[in-house]
Amino acid sequence: MFVKGELVELSGADILVHSLKDEGVEYLFGYPGGSVLHIYDALYQQDDVKHILVRHEQAATHAADGYARSTGKPGVVLVTSGPGATNAVTGIATAYMDSIPMVVITGQVPSAVIGSDAFQEVDAVGITRPCVKHNFLVKDVTKLAETIKKAFYVATTGRPGPVVIDVPKDITDPNIKVPYHYPDKITMRSYQPTVKGHSGQIKRAVELLLTAKKPMIYSGGGVVLGNASEELRTFVRHLGYPITQTLMGLGAYPASDELNIGMLGMHGTYEANMAMHDCDVLIAIGARFDDRVTGKIAEFCPDAQIIHIDIDPSSISKTITVDIPIVGDVAGVLQEMNHILTTGKKQTQKKAIETWWKVINGWRAKECLSYDKSSDVIKPQAAIEIVHEITNGDAYVTSDVGQHQMWAAQYYGFEKPNRWINSGGLGTMGFGLPAAMGVQLAYPDETVVCVTGEGSIQMCIQELSTCLQYGLPIKIIALNNRYLGMVRQWQEFFYKERYSSSYMESLPDFVKLAESYGHVGIRIEDPADLRSGLEKAFSLKDRLVFVDIVTDRTENVYPMIAAGMAHNEMHMSPHAKLPQDPERELS
Amino acid sequence: MRHIISILIENEAGALSRVVGLFSARAYNIESLTVAPTEDASLSRITIVAVGTDRIIEQIIKQLNKLIDVVKLLDLSDGPHIEREMVLVKVKASTMAQREDIKRLADIFRGHVIDVTTASYTIELTGSGRKVDSFIEALAEHKILETVRSGVSGIARGDKVLRV
Repeated sequence: MFVKGELVELSGADILVHSLKDEGVEYLFGYPGGSVLHIYDALYQQDDVKHILVRHEQAATHAADGYARSTGKPGVVLVTSGPGATNAVTGIATAYMDSIPMVVITGQVPSAVIGSDAFQEVDAVGITRPCVKHNFLVKDVTKLAETIKKAFYVATTGRPGPVVIDVPKDITDPNIKVPYHYPDKITMRSYQPTVKGHSGQIKRAVELLLTAKKPMIYSGGGVVLGNASEELRTFVRHLGYPITQTLMGLGAYPASDELNIGMLGMHGTYEANMAMHDCDVLIAIGARFDDRVTGKIAEFCPDAQIIHIDIDPSSISKTITVDIPIVGDVAGVLQEMNHILTTGKKQTQKKAIETWWKVINGWRAKECLSYDKSSDVIKPQAAIEIVHEITNGDAYVTSDVGQHQMWAAQYYGFEKPNRWINSGGLGTMGFGLPAAMGVQLAYPDETVVCVTGEGSIQMCIQELSTCLQYGLPIKIIALNNRYLGMVRQWQEFFYKERYSSSYMESLPDFVKLAESYGHVGIRIEDPADLRSGLEKAFSLKDRLVFVDIVTDRTENVYPMIAAGMAHNEMHMSPHAKLPQDPERELS
Repeated sequence: MRHIISILIENEAGALSRVVGLFSARAYNIESLTVAPTEDASLSRITIVAVGTDRIIEQIIKQLNKLIDVVKLLDLSDGPHIEREMVLVKVKASTMAQREDIKRLADIFRGHVIDVTTASYTIELTGSGRKVDSFIEALAEHKILETVRSGVSGIARGDKVLRV
């Protein structure tokens, strides 16, 4: 339309679209409505920013979120005022809890009628305030471009997060034109995130690490978000210490590596949780001591001195008091630590570390993730393992929330960062399918798998229509146990098997449902057909395939630490190898 | 512990609600909160009196700092500081004995009677939050009709300043 740098006058709607283009936005996930009609008209007249029409605004935010998690670039959303904004809130909160960079533009009623309970009016800034990193209400069209720049800057720097820009309809009036200039850079006096870790603290931390006899490395989503996977690998291999990851951190360190002892926390491995409990020095890297990770705070790593690297000062000593806090960008801090480790003379406590590994390998020998492989019903774990084999462990895997999510985390074995995409903090059912759309758009030639359950998938099932419209060949792996499995599991363990509203009655025929949306549906009921059925699904490269896998109804996720219990108090699978230590068991 | 936290915040619509929302969302206790623009019209100054353990106060300060609109923040309780609060009290004062006693109490606390009717006195008093508490306690024998406290304002002693 015009050459960059040339002075032009544009309407607010054009400014908005051009700002997105100048920001490098590839996809805009959205849904039109009254307050954003001017913007949609501007979108119609250009080809640079591609709009993806979802079927529900929640899906727009999840799709943008999946795009962001898989690419590291901010996801961008456009929704209308009122219900458009409120429908987006779940996705905004999901992104907020997992620190995902996202910019959400919400239409608003015209400035003159704000506060008059106008049609489709809602206080979007007020409603989203507790679940955004920041939000803006645009009051002056001449500030629109600058506000968009600020929103991207805030969303993507420091600890990332979603930012909402609420745009009243009159701001985008096509008849009011003002000079357009999209700033290359922006500074804000009130926002200057700390990025470089304190060198003195880093040195102290390395010294402490080298004195450790029973060290543990605990890494989280911050390593994925901070693009620090390479630095982490160098760090861990140099030290030769055991590493465990949070649900959000999977893939930052290869699952198949000998030093990796798996996920920790509520459904973490036996060896990871036991090692956490017994360690003497713990280094937390881009992790926030979530309650699903720590279990009982009073008994968390009782004998450990703790080092914590995090970009957000408020994460430090929030729930667990730490000995050496380091506020800074994880990649930078790890680089500095790696430099000290490779150039310094001091060595690790080799002998003690060898003994520590013997203890850990003893715990490993329990094979806590064992399950019944001779069952005549399909075990959900087996389904995930076969998906892993067929995709060479190299697919992008999104998930919904519940048992299937934990099985995907436990059995898929992620080798690379940004491949495991799930709602960890908020635990949002309905996340998986729309998130997979964002991933598949970002990587049209890669295999994208959505692991889900028959409960979760129905929370955003309408997106099958979006997938057809944009030709997204996602593979939906639905572990269908006719129960809200995680709820059922808790009711079995803690509510004397009173299965209150945790079953799924009147399920649709998912095969026919997929077909009616124009996709392929496959149902697998017999363990003997599991591999061939999945192979067939993955061989249909260009089609979305909904694989409805009828699994064991009552399989549980093991190991499990009940809420509020300590790391060494785990429910173990009846199939774990060694006889169980009665002291370690729950009644 | 009771802490007085001074905040310089962008003078933008909704900025105050971010601060207040933070306290309610994270279940922190506010004892008082005052806000007004500063000599620089682009900034407002908020004074919050918060009560909590050291861990909670540390979190409050970190979370406040994390708000994008917060430009600068100072925990006045970390150093020597001056704290002032104003109170307006309307007291029943219809008999001579009541009127004399209330006037005497106001004088002792260096307050002023700023409005008089045949049935009541209104007193203005400035001091630390504690002094205001004591004054209200001292009026216990009288019938207080209404009290209005401004909430605490504070400033660091000496050359230390909170500014951009």
